[in-house]
Amino acid sequence: MGTPDAYGVAMTAETATRTAPPPRAGARRRRRFSGGTALGLGSAVLYLSLIVLIPLALVVVRSADEGPGYFWRAVTTPDAWAALTLTIGASAVVALVNLVLGTLIAWVLVRDRFPGKAIVDTLIDLPFALPTIVAGLVLLALYGPESPLGLNLAYSRAGVGLALLFVTLPFVVRTVQPVLIELDRDMEQAAASLGASPFQTFRRIILPNLVPAMLSGTALAFTRAISEFGSTVLISGNLPFKTQVAAVNIFSQIEGDNTTGAAAISTVLLVVALVALLVLDLLQRWGSRRG
Amino acid sequence: MAIEVRDVNKSFGTTPVLRDVSVDVASGSLTALLGPSGGGKSTLLRVIAGLEHPDTGTVRISGVDATRLAPQRRNVGFVFQHYAAFKHMTVFRNVAFGLEIRKRPKDEIRRRVMELLELVHLEQMAGRYPSQLSGGQRQRMALARALAVEPQVLLLDEPFGALDAQVRKELRTWLRRLHDEVHVTTVFVTHDQEEAIEVADTVVVLADGAVEQVGSPSDVYDNPANPFVMRFLGPVTEIGGSLVRPHDIEISAEPRPGSGEATVTRIVRLGFEVRVELLVGDREAWAQVTRGTAERLGLAPGDIVNVRPSPGARSLALTGA
Repeated sequence: MGTPDAYGVAMTAETATRTAPPPRAGARRRRRFSGGTALGLGSAVLYLSLIVLIPLALVVVRSADEGPGYFWRAVTTPDAWAALTLTIGASAVVALVNLVLGTLIAWVLVRDRFPGKAIVDTLIDLPFALPTIVAGLVLLALYGPESPLGLNLAYSRAGVGLALLFVTLPFVVRTVQPVLIELDRDMEQAAASLGASPFQTFRRIILPNLVPAMLSGTALAFTRAISEFGSTVLISGNLPFKTQVAAVNIFSQIEGDNTTGAAAISTVLLVVALVALLVLDLLQRWGSRRG
Repeated sequence: MAIEVRDVNKSFGTTPVLRDVSVDVASGSLTALLGPSGGGKSTLLRVIAGLEHPDTGTVRISGVDATRLAPQRRNVGFVFQHYAAFKHMTVFRNVAFGLEIRKRPKDEIRRRVMELLELVHLEQMAGRYPSQLSGGQRQRMALARALAVEPQVLLLDEPFGALDAQVRKELRTWLRRLHDEVHVTTVFVTHDQEEAIEVADTVVVLADGAVEQVGSPSDVYDNPANPFVMRFLGPVTEIGGSLVRPHDIEISAEPRPGSGEATVTRIVRLGFEVRVELLVGDREAWAQVTRGTAERLGLAPGDIVNVRPSPGARSLALTGA
C-alpha cells in the first residue's frame, strides 16, 4: 500500500517542479508546500484532530455546559477537590522520587557492569507493558492486607503513592539512559586532569548535561501519574476524601450520571498536564539552546 | 628530565599494548610520540597523564614518582583528539574550569582566562558555546583550558586528528610557535610523520608497544635504526637489496661505479617532482627526480638507464632480500 502511494506522490511532486513556470510573486504563496509535504502535514493534522484535539475540545466544551459557576462548584465539591489535591500532590511527590531513583537506575544500567544487567534493563519497561490493573493486583498481593512482608499499605495514601511510583518508574530511566550513553567520557577525564574530584566532576560536568533529560522524564512521569486509574483503583480502596484519585472520582461522577461534573474535573487535569508539558518544552528549549 | 617513563608494561586483557617502554622527555622540549595506529602511543600518553595505570614500571614527573598518583594530582594538561569540550559551558567557563576548581579569586580567573584566550586567538569567542565553534577553534579552546592550570607537562593526544588537512597544517605551525612562547614541556601523539618532523624537536617512534627509536627529526629520518622506522618516516624503495629514499637514487645514461641497469616503466609528473618508475632486474623500484633532471636525461618509458644510490645516501641493507 505505502510504496505505490509514496511513489505516486514523489512522481507528482517531481513533475510539478519540472513543469513549474518561472516563479512569480503570486505563485510562490500557493506553492508553499510540495505535494509530499502537504500530504504528510494534512494526514498528521487530521489524525491528531480525530484522535486527540477534537475529543479533548469536546471535554472542555462539555465542562462549560452549565456555565462557569457550575464548573467551579463541580470542581470544588469536597470529594472532587480532595481527589484533585491528592492526585496532583501525590503525582508531584512520586515524580520527584522517580527523578532521583530513576536517574540512579539509569546510571547503574549505563555505567556499572553486573550479572543480569540485560534482564534488569528489560524489566524497567514492564510497567509500560503490563495492564495497570494487573500492576494494582500485584501490588495488592505484596503490600495488601495479606502482605507476606507484613506491610499493609492497602486503602492508604501510601498505597496510592506506591502504585504511582510503579507505573511511572520507566519515564526518567528511559529519558536519562540514552543521554548518559551518549555522554562524552573524555569530558570527565578532562575534568579529572584539570583537578576536579569525582564529586566535582559529577556536579559540574555530568549533572548539567543530564538535567534536561531528567526534567523531561520527570514531567512525563508527573503527567502520567495524574491520569492514573488502573493501578490505584485496587490498592487505594477509593475512599473519598482519603484515597480516591481524580481519575476514579471522574469515573464515579459518570456512574452517578453527572457528566458535566466529570468533564469539569477532566478539564482541570487537562490544564495541569498541559502546563506540565509546556514547562517541559520550555526546559528543553533552554537545554538545546546550550547543546 | 620532565618525564621519565621506566620499563612500563600494560596489557588490555591478554593483548600487550606497551612492552618495556622507557622514555625520557627533557624539560621544555616538544616531543612527538610517532607510530602507526594501535602502536601504543596513545596508551603511553594516557599512562603519563594517569588516565591509565601501567601493569608494571614507573612514571616520574618533574622528579616525583607519579605512578600511583590520581590524574587530579599530577598537574598535567591533557588535550583530547575530539576536544572533550564541556559543551554546557561557554568558552570562558571551559577555560576557567581548572582555576575555579582551584578556588582562585574571581578577578584573577578573569584576567588569566582572557590572557589565554588571547594567546589562542579566541578572545572574541569567550561568550560562545563549544557547539558554535569550528573544530580548530574548539581544539584551541581545549589547549587554553589545559594551559590555564599551568601544568608541568602538556599532553596532546592526536590533537589535530579530527581536523581537515588545511586547518591541521595551520594548527601545527601555530602549536610550534605557541610552544616557543610558553615553553611548557609538551608531548603529542601523532601517526603523521610529517607532523612529527615539522613540529617536534624530539621524535619517539613506537610500534607494537615498543620504542623503536628516539632522536631528533633529522636523526630519525636520516639515520633510521631499522627498516620499520625508515619506512614509517618517509617514502622508500628497494634497490640492490637495500632500502633507499627515492630522492637518493641517481639516474644516469652511462654506467657509473656501483650502478646497475634498469628499465623505465612509467613517468609521473607531480609538478616540480617527477616520479620515475623502474624495473631493476625483476623488481619494481622508483626514483624521485626533479623536472630538470628528467628533461636533461630525456627520460621516456622503455629507456634503459643506470641507477645507483647517490654517494652519501643513507641506505639500510635488508637481510634476506
